[in-house]
Amino acid sequence: MNTEALIPVVGVITDIRIDTPDIKTFRVVTPDGKKAFDHKPGQCAMLSIPGVGEAMFSITSSPTNTEYMEFSIKKCGCVTEWLHAAEVGQQITIRGPYGNPFPVDDAFAGKNMLFIAGGVGLAPLRSVINYVRHYRDRYGKVDIVYGSRSKDDLLDYDEILHEWMTDDGIDVHLTIDREQEGWDGHVGFVPNYVKELGFDTDKVAVLCGPPIMIKFTLAGLQELGFDKTQVYTTLELRMKCGIGKCGRCNVGSKYVCKDGPVFRCDELDELPDEY
Amino acid sequence: MQKVTREILLAKAAELLAAGTVNRVLGWKAGEFTYDVTPALFTTAAELEKDFVYGPFSGANFSKYLVKETRRDEGKVLVFLKPCDTYSFNQLLTEHRFDRERVYAVGIPCDGMADIQRIKDQAGDGVSGVECDGDNLIVHTLYDGDKTLAMADCLAERCVNCKSKKHVAYDELIGETGDVIDSHRFDEVEKLEKMTEDERFAFWQNELSRCIRCNACRDVCPACTCEKCVFGNPNSGVENKAISDSFEEKMFHVIRAFHVAGRCTDCGECSRVCPQNIPLHLLNRKFIRDIDNFYDEYQAGAEVGQRAPLVNYKQEDLEPSEAVERSGNNA
Amino acid sequence: MRKCSTANLDALLRTIAENASLYLPVDGTDGRAHFTKWEDGVKMSDALNTVRSAKDFFFPQTENLMDFKVEGKTIEIIDTREECEDFVIFGVRACDVRSFDILDRVFLVDPVDTYYKNRREHGIIVSMACTRPSETCFCRTFGIDAANPGGDIVCYKEEDAWYFDALTEKGQALLSKLESLTEECDTAAVDAQKDLIRERMDKLPLADLTADAFGGDKLNTYFNAPEWKSLSQSCLGCGTCTFVCPTCQCYDIKDFKTNKGVQRFRCWDSCMYSDFTKMAHGNNRTSQLERFRQRFMHKLVYFPANNEGIFGCVGCGRCLSRCPISMNIVKVMKELGGNA
Repeated sequence: MNTEALIPVVGVITDIRIDTPDIKTFRVVTPDGKKAFDHKPGQCAMLSIPGVGEAMFSITSSPTNTEYMEFSIKKCGCVTEWLHAAEVGQQITIRGPYGNPFPVDDAFAGKNMLFIAGGVGLAPLRSVINYVRHYRDRYGKVDIVYGSRSKDDLLDYDEILHEWMTDDGIDVHLTIDREQEGWDGHVGFVPNYVKELGFDTDKVAVLCGPPIMIKFTLAGLQELGFDKTQVYTTLELRMKCGIGKCGRCNVGSKYVCKDGPVFRCDELDELPDEY
Repeated sequence: MQKVTREILLAKAAELLAAGTVNRVLGWKAGEFTYDVTPALFTTAAELEKDFVYGPFSGANFSKYLVKETRRDEGKVLVFLKPCDTYSFNQLLTEHRFDRERVYAVGIPCDGMADIQRIKDQAGDGVSGVECDGDNLIVHTLYDGDKTLAMADCLAERCVNCKSKKHVAYDELIGETGDVIDSHRFDEVEKLEKMTEDERFAFWQNELSRCIRCNACRDVCPACTCEKCVFGNPNSGVENKAISDSFEEKMFHVIRAFHVAGRCTDCGECSRVCPQNIPLHLLNRKFIRDIDNFYDEYQAGAEVGQRAPLVNYKQEDLEPSEAVERSGNNA
Repeated sequence: MRKCSTANLDALLRTIAENASLYLPVDGTDGRAHFTKWEDGVKMSDALNTVRSAKDFFFPQTENLMDFKVEGKTIEIIDTREECEDFVIFGVRACDVRSFDILDRVFLVDPVDTYYKNRREHGIIVSMACTRPSETCFCRTFGIDAANPGGDIVCYKEEDAWYFDALTEKGQALLSKLESLTEECDTAAVDAQKDLIRERMDKLPLADLTADAFGGDKLNTYFNAPEWKSLSQSCLGCGTCTFVCPTCQCYDIKDFKTNKGVQRFRCWDSCMYSDFTKMAHGNNRTSQLERFRQRFMHKLVYFPANNEGIFGCVGCGRCLSRCPISMNIVKVMKELGGNA
């Protein structure tokens, strides 16, 4: 019998990095030490712990990483709580890749890029950012605006500080919600910061974060003159099958797990307001 | 007894709306084929005039809708209650499930409601309409012309075994109220009790094997008004739908029967709505009968505020061992 | 076209059952028809249709997907799939036959659901024309012809004989095994029956119902229609309509701990259920209105948008007769479509 999309493979957690008080990043490979499957930036995978449940996560690592996959996971439900309690060496199951990727090789090619993320919303963007960094000559100038509640809630601060910020042609703009000791950077919410920075519209913007942040940031970008066709985002809905059949993530005629999670903002206008 | 007609109820509803006593009416809305009547809210006399119906298919018990309705709006809602509905009404009040001040209850007499399945069993599939004619129903069929059936032969099970024509709650009564009836509603339970354990297990195995876990019985049940049902809890493992193990699935009905024991008024909505025709009311009736036998006769919903035997300790309550003894092997 | 005398039907069923499991509608102890495995002495029901649809054969209410053996930190995944045995479903009505096409459009598109495909490949469908369609029938609204119900073999029942015609290779193969019990015949009796069926379809109470007002481009016409409020007002939020529906195919995947390990199974789910879309940090449909709307929008707008205009309803009428509050797709179509 041929392969079945719903049947996963075994994955092993080989590293757990504590990023923030409620976000950990898990490195996963197959038991023989390989990457479970190839993916494109923005795609997701179903992780599960038999007996606990299965849940969809975006793949945080870049496809250019050929050794392993990484998942930055915020603790907020039974699967994630279980993962946060897991130790290195723990096996889980993994299947995928699911969903459509960001159009890194077509619509993004040759463009100036503006990445805007809030909180754990950086997780899906990290894959694209590192892809763009890897193929640096294929893209123009890169701006990254990233905000979170506090300095301690910034995802993978080390990588941001020591890799992204030191790269040529990449400007990283960090912000946190409230003043904090030891923080001399910007303070304020992401949507306002984006407007303050006042970007030129000669670029593609990629947005990810809490729904409220996406809503206000999109409005802010439009104020700056961006058209919705220049702005991409990625949605998150309840998913079970990951292959556009179980019906859970159906919004209008789209299945977020299959037709999404990446949407151009003008495409979202064609969906009913249910996401 | 005064015969209740659509016109009488319509006039009453219009009068109460016009007087401002109520601002909306819970009533029955006409469907496609006479029998497919839908519970609906009416807010104007014109809406009522257009779609309100009352007849042998106005069986739905509106009591449970009051939980939602009274939270939605501060104004009073008019509800028509048949005698059996008034027991559910009282039971919900006993459990503080809705605000009595936001309801205007009109008691209406009832001669029993028809069961479309019984009609179809006699007249065949293809019933395009049903008319009342005294004690008979004239059934218009698609292929065999009109058929006349005695209403008595078309009554729903719960009406054949009607327990009471008495209204135990109302603000106003149309016609006269009746009496509690010495019904035969426990006959089927007795039959089950007389079975051997194996026979009874086989009986329920067969009936419950048809369950599709649609939860209609729970969702319609006036005794099932928990804000969050244990079967709606994703962590319960029995969340709302089928489970891989058929034994667990049957437990849904057993657990539900235990949960409503002493609170079930025997309104019969569970069996009415079951798409698979499972006689669910028999599980509840067994509990009612046991409670009657063990703690003296008790009718849930007969009075507001009464303490049900299962939640009310009395010194003379029988000991568990005695209960086992009295019920013998057939409990 | 082949013909089998009514007296020989039992022998014909027996011959089919010798080669494959045979299921047909049989009256149960509840007095209603259910698909039941044929064995000697089992009598086919005269009922127009079964309470549950025939989708169960390909998409059962619950099925095991795989097993896991968990020991310490290690996991073993056990593929429990087995090649399905051949089976025949006899007496499937036109509406249910169409429902398989609709399910195919979900389960057989890439990535293929192999559990479904396995059963679909091994199932042979013997359809049956409807000589006495019910008042709740409206298959013609969706272009279904009850006189030509489709499947692998189509059959027509008359007083004295049953008429069979193979429509596919699978059907041809099965029919050829029944040669000794059937004889070649002309189509006169069947043609007469088809005429009768069409005449009866014309007179059904819902004969004039059309779906013209709906389709894949109608999202904005209906999504915010004020009618949803009154239509959904009394909805109990149960799963009856979904579960008796031959085309509803939403499912859940859950794990079940056994004393040997973990079973991962899937079961029918309903978009009418309150936590269908609930996830760890929110729910995008919190009201019954939204859930109710989703079910009907899916059948009348979203499904056709993705499937060349084909609607996700076959007009079998099961929801019409089973909904606890008698709310159904016909009422929805009339209420919404009337104002389009």
